[in-house]
Amino acid sequence: MYPREFDYVAPASLDEAFGALGDDSKVMSGGMSLLPLMKMRLFSPATVVDIGRIPGLDAIEDSGDHISVGALVRHADTATSDLIKANAAALATAASLTGDVQVRNRGTTCGSLAHADVAADQPAAVIALGATMFAQSASGTREIAASDFFVDAMTSALRSDEILTGIRFPKAGPGEGSAYDKLGRRGGRSDYAVAGVAAWVKKSNGSIEDARVAVTGVGTKPTLAAGVAEALIGSDGSDAAVKSAAEKAIDGITVLEDLYGSVEYKSHLAKVYVARAVKAALANAG
Amino acid sequence: MTIGVFGTSVKRTEDPALIRGQGLFVDDIKRDNEAAAAFVRSPFAHAKITSIDKSAAEALPGVQAVYTADDVRSLGPLLAQVPIGKLRPLLADGVVKHVGEAVAMVVADNAATARDGADAVFVDYDPLKVVVDPEYAATNEALVHDDLESNIIHTWEEGDAEAVQALADREDTVVTSVKMVNQRLIPTAIEPRGVLAEWQHGYDRVTLHSTTQQPHAVAGALALTFGLPGVSSARVIAPEVGGGFGRGLNVYAEEMLAVFASRELGRPVRWIETRSEASKSTTHGRGWAATATIVSEPDGNFLAYSLVGVADMGAYSQNFSVAIPVLGQFTMPGQYKWDAIYWKMDCVHTHTPTVDAYRGAGRPETSFYVERAVDTAARDLGMDPIELRKKNFFQPEDFPAATLIGMSMDSGDYGGNLDVLVEKADIAGLRAMQETARAEGRYFGVGIATFVEACGLAPSGFADAGVSWAGYGLPSAFNESAVVRVHPDASVTVVTGTGPTGQGHETVWSQIASDRLGIPMERITVVHGDTKDTPMGIGTGGSRSAAVGGVAVAIAADRTKEKAAKVAAHLLEASEEDIVFADNGAHVAGSPDKNVPWTDIAATAYQPHKMPEGMEAGLDMTAFFDPSNLTWPYGSHVAVVEVDPETGDVELLKYVAVDDCGNIINPMIVGGQLHGGITQGIGQALLEAAVFDDEGTLITSTLTDYPIPTATDVPSFDLHKTTTPTDANPLGVKGIGEAGTIVSTPTIVNAVVDALSPLGIKHIEMPLRPRRVWEAMQEARA
Repeated sequence: MYPREFDYVAPASLDEAFGALGDDSKVMSGGMSLLPLMKMRLFSPATVVDIGRIPGLDAIEDSGDHISVGALVRHADTATSDLIKANAAALATAASLTGDVQVRNRGTTCGSLAHADVAADQPAAVIALGATMFAQSASGTREIAASDFFVDAMTSALRSDEILTGIRFPKAGPGEGSAYDKLGRRGGRSDYAVAGVAAWVKKSNGSIEDARVAVTGVGTKPTLAAGVAEALIGSDGSDAAVKSAAEKAIDGITVLEDLYGSVEYKSHLAKVYVARAVKAALANAG
Repeated sequence: MTIGVFGTSVKRTEDPALIRGQGLFVDDIKRDNEAAAAFVRSPFAHAKITSIDKSAAEALPGVQAVYTADDVRSLGPLLAQVPIGKLRPLLADGVVKHVGEAVAMVVADNAATARDGADAVFVDYDPLKVVVDPEYAATNEALVHDDLESNIIHTWEEGDAEAVQALADREDTVVTSVKMVNQRLIPTAIEPRGVLAEWQHGYDRVTLHSTTQQPHAVAGALALTFGLPGVSSARVIAPEVGGGFGRGLNVYAEEMLAVFASRELGRPVRWIETRSEASKSTTHGRGWAATATIVSEPDGNFLAYSLVGVADMGAYSQNFSVAIPVLGQFTMPGQYKWDAIYWKMDCVHTHTPTVDAYRGAGRPETSFYVERAVDTAARDLGMDPIELRKKNFFQPEDFPAATLIGMSMDSGDYGGNLDVLVEKADIAGLRAMQETARAEGRYFGVGIATFVEACGLAPSGFADAGVSWAGYGLPSAFNESAVVRVHPDASVTVVTGTGPTGQGHETVWSQIASDRLGIPMERITVVHGDTKDTPMGIGTGGSRSAAVGGVAVAIAADRTKEKAAKVAAHLLEASEEDIVFADNGAHVAGSPDKNVPWTDIAATAYQPHKMPEGMEAGLDMTAFFDPSNLTWPYGSHVAVVEVDPETGDVELLKYVAVDDCGNIINPMIVGGQLHGGITQGIGQALLEAAVFDDEGTLITSTLTDYPIPTATDVPSFDLHKTTTPTDANPLGVKGIGEAGTIVSTPTIVNAVVDALSPLGIKHIEMPLRPRRVWEAMQEARA
């Protein structure tokens, strides 16, 4: 399939990239989501700005109490980074379950986040990790909370003149742990999430001091399940407490039917995977 | 030097080029001054075309022509090998009958411009009533084609319905009846279809490169469609082809249209299918809804079996279409002895893409029905599904075994094969694990299915049984040809009429020729897929290539060696009967140290003055092989699954198979066919379905919504074999290309139903995606 005609620019610096961005342009990193849409002619930007050759954007950095992931860090790198595995298991797992081997070797974590697919894995992880998204433009950098970043299906809070140049999230402190789990469209954990859940918890003195849980796949966007966290905080994290909290998995979420699940089934799955992800996060928290 | 390789796992000679990306596929073959075609396809399943506005497309720079039905009507419809039912117009003529039907063809200087042109053609449609469901189509409440009297275009019927009913009515019999859907699938070869058409003006000849599995059929259709002097004027070449699975066992409108455009424009014309186009413009497979009924005595003795239903043909009949169910009819009774049998299958048109061959073609469908029904009967009878099968199998002494469907099965030891599975898979151990799992509230299933396949098509007479298969103006027959040519330097060219799409024919035919001639494999080149090289060829499909085409190679090689023996006898001054071929040459029996190398024999065979008096030069023989019967491979498979009680997700834990495909030429390639085939059958069981909405729109038109299993989605299979050669061909080989696909589908479903049987679940319609399994569990728990 051939896309409609478009201009392609491969800037060598971010400043050059900002100059190339316009109302009808699109930023490309790995191209794993953008190119199929263009080839199917479902999306036809006038200009594609390929940021793949801009130096300095491909690092996973340890900045003391935080970890930052640059715009060009590939899924495979996110999935296998010891730093991320040890401090943000939810993101490492979500990256390891994104696409297939070829996609993981080519596509980028930030690209997937900026694409904001309703069933992508990593958006749930960054919400649960309380990540900060760096939306950079010629006029500066906006810091956007991950929980505010995903606006609607395929729509993020990025403006057309901005590039998601990186994300940052806190390292796991004492008693903190995270996890991601999902049912995939091809069964097991394979393919896009029919329902996917990322959970982050902080344990202290035998109870849950803090928690964030995010759900993907079931609605129009990856969403913070605030009711679940509320129910978890202060609980003992027992199976019964987790199960009870999981009942609030879809509070405030409009669950949508698709080929892979009815509203009833996907609502049920959200609860099942909230319980599984929270339990795994508690286990990771030691 | 590789001699004596028959029966060994020599590495595939095809692979070095393919792995390095050096294989030449249709889209790798470039020509000067090429044009590219793109198609305007219908978004409606049934609609009147009220107008087509080509002007904007024609005005685009680079667009050479926009063709519609008006331009190609005189060529007639797309020919079919079995022309029963409505044939497809090359371009929709006033009305569209399925989503994706080609309405106009745009030819431009390059593919991107052709696509732009296709997007700029404006077609007005007036939607009409849509018939999607084949069972509804069979009621004839709405007609798919208003010039046909019925949507039912053919009915296959065999056996004795009254006899089955009489046994079912007996008070002491147990009747097991299951209605099941064998859902429609989209064959998904890794390489989309493609053609490169070159009309040679001045010669009125055409060369067509195509992703076909049957070049000779395409040549026949081209000769008839374009009024060529004969098939010799149409050269069809299938170069490397990335997968077939039956979708290439066809002739397509795009092949005819590209040739037409090349003729009109005087330029080579290329068309390469896109993946999302493929889901609507290439044939689909399966698509049956039927009821399987088993009548047994309380002790498990089978009395009668019937299978009655409808088979979806889609909107237009293409290559085989109505003939696909009759391939299933051959194996409809399974491996079991019945006193009475009845089979009736209505073939119906619907407003959907054409249904035709897909890996197994009819046999996966009937095997699914009988194997699901047998497992259900075991449950109804309270018997072990293995014991029930063994009790009713044809026994070794029954072979050749006559079935009530009119077939004679060549050879088999079904019970012995199943015994090997019981041992290799440790069925007793699996049942113990199941007991433990059930006590823990887990859904652990052990599913067994066995099968017999009718393949190696076919004795020539089969082609005239029931329906004629002569729609392309070719002989209605299924034999196969080969040429074995020993060159003056004793290297060898083997020319075959089969059309491989990745199976490894080059390797295997080399093994056969090397074994027969005693010439090393490295010195043998296999040429395939070019109609100029072979007198005729049916192509590759129905697991026939080795059992028919491979045998033709063996016979041609034997004939060549016979002549070589005469030359060798002359050189050794011995009698021809005493010549023995060994060590890349020949000697007189008993005197191996006086060996004449093949190079001397071959060189001599091209120098008449050095040859025996009166012998003609050359070492080049052609053979045709017409088998005496189909071949009947069989096997026993078991799948072990666990179903997630909370989500309905099915995890395949283990898969063990014992297959019997007769003598094996290359065990590695047989294993590869099984791994791929089993995975493809798992796809039908767990994942795949072509889904249309009520308006006939295909809502699974991309691989995002049509999930197929990949190597990473399945465990490594544990493969074993038994060996029962056939006497239908001199190599004793049966066929393995479709076996895995035929049996793995019911094996998986039997396993999942077995896992969920504590809930009282007896059947879940495929694909067994988590959603469907969960819904069945919810219903059962309620």
